[in-house]
Amino acid sequence: MSVERAVRKSGFDCTVTMDKDEVLRAEKIIFPGVGAAGRAMENMKRLGLDWAMKEAFVSGTPILGICLGAQIIFERSEENRSRCLGLIEGKVKRFPPGLYSKDGQHLKVPHMGWNRVAFRRSHPIQEGISPGDEFYFVHSYYPVPASHDIILGETNYGITFPSVIEYNNLIAVQFHLEKSGHAGLRIFQNFCQWKCGHA
Amino acid sequence: MLSKRIIPCLDVKNGRTTKGIKFRNNLDVGDPVETVEMGKYYYGEGADEIVFYDITASNEKRGIIIDIVRRVAEQIFIPFSVGGGIRTLTDMRDVLLAGAEKVSINSAAVRNPRIIAEGAEAFGSQCIVLGIDAKRVEESKEIPSGYEIFIDGGRFPMGIDARKWAMEAEGLGAGEICLNSIDMDGTKSGYDVKLTRLISESVNIPIIASGGAGKINHIYEALTEGRADAALVASIVHYSIYSIKEIKEELDKRGVKVRLQW
Repeated sequence: MSVERAVRKSGFDCTVTMDKDEVLRAEKIIFPGVGAAGRAMENMKRLGLDWAMKEAFVSGTPILGICLGAQIIFERSEENRSRCLGLIEGKVKRFPPGLYSKDGQHLKVPHMGWNRVAFRRSHPIQEGISPGDEFYFVHSYYPVPASHDIILGETNYGITFPSVIEYNNLIAVQFHLEKSGHAGLRIFQNFCQWKCGHA
Repeated sequence: MLSKRIIPCLDVKNGRTTKGIKFRNNLDVGDPVETVEMGKYYYGEGADEIVFYDITASNEKRGIIIDIVRRVAEQIFIPFSVGGGIRTLTDMRDVLLAGAEKVSINSAAVRNPRIIAEGAEAFGSQCIVLGIDAKRVEESKEIPSGYEIFIDGGRFPMGIDARKWAMEAEGLGAGEICLNSIDMDGTKSGYDVKLTRLISESVNIPIIASGGAGKINHIYEALTEGRADAALVASIVHYSIYSIKEIKEELDKRGVKVRLQW
């Protein structure tokens, strides 16, 4: 619901749905998620949404995955040792214990709060975003795609991990766009305006 | 790297914002201001998060805060939490569904620690902030850390050790701790850095230092020596002693990583 408010604030219309037919009809799909991977996959299967998401992805509908939605697009997750949607090759790993910052402070898990994203190349989704912009993260797991080439942005928290993934008609961000102030709203706007060539 | 967060706290009474001094006799910051406007103001000023603390005494006025949360959520797109008077899972659900990112529980969790586990199970640990009000006391067998838990706005000592309680709450699933020093609250003479560091080094969840900020250096001390992940600010920003921007720029100059663009 906070995603819905943020999309509207950025000037676009959207509907919140759990209906698979509505997902298949959608012009674009925003796929947010909080909670655990195992439970989320169970719910999606029950509602037929796993199949609908795969169909939508294959048919070229632009998809924006957020947080857990940026994780369960991969093949599997260490969280609850879940099998996931498998839209993209790769897995989801937990932050290892014993991470330290440069000044020697012990880093807590979950990674929670504001952090930067270093974009590796330009893409319409990051229009208007500058290197100093920060985004709000809350997560203990992070995506590891099989191909390094689809990593669009990276973030450092003791280790450097992929925080923005881009593959054909799919964009996935590990942070909460709806809680990331103007920078987050801008990315919603960019996604809504995105003319994806893979349709 | 992760930024240290600066979090303004708004005390809300009957829908309007006030600021308390040492918990008693809540003094208004000039005219009480519409809370939604205050929230919007701090969002624009670069707050990393906002805490709305509901000090409305009576139960029948609980609906007011839910209405405010709903209106705030339409205007600000950073995390915000709501504390004060949250006792049950239903209270939590109401606030979260209205659009808050987190709920803060304090006295209710001391009375019934299971509420932490139930809240974490139902909504996720990241939603559950444990508020702790701690006061310096003589070290004893019951209170080995020398900090005791008080409840109901600092009125009643509970005979519980603050460090032990923080660790227990983490085990139950609290996602974060907002640690308030009763001794320093409202004094503007600095956070209790010793308490902050003690708790921060005892748990593996983020600590928000609270109570006592009057100068930027106090915030600096809490975030460095105190090992806090975030600092709660009230008077120092409400009375426009410093703006959030000034606080962040000074912290940045002194080597603390903060979010400078918004």
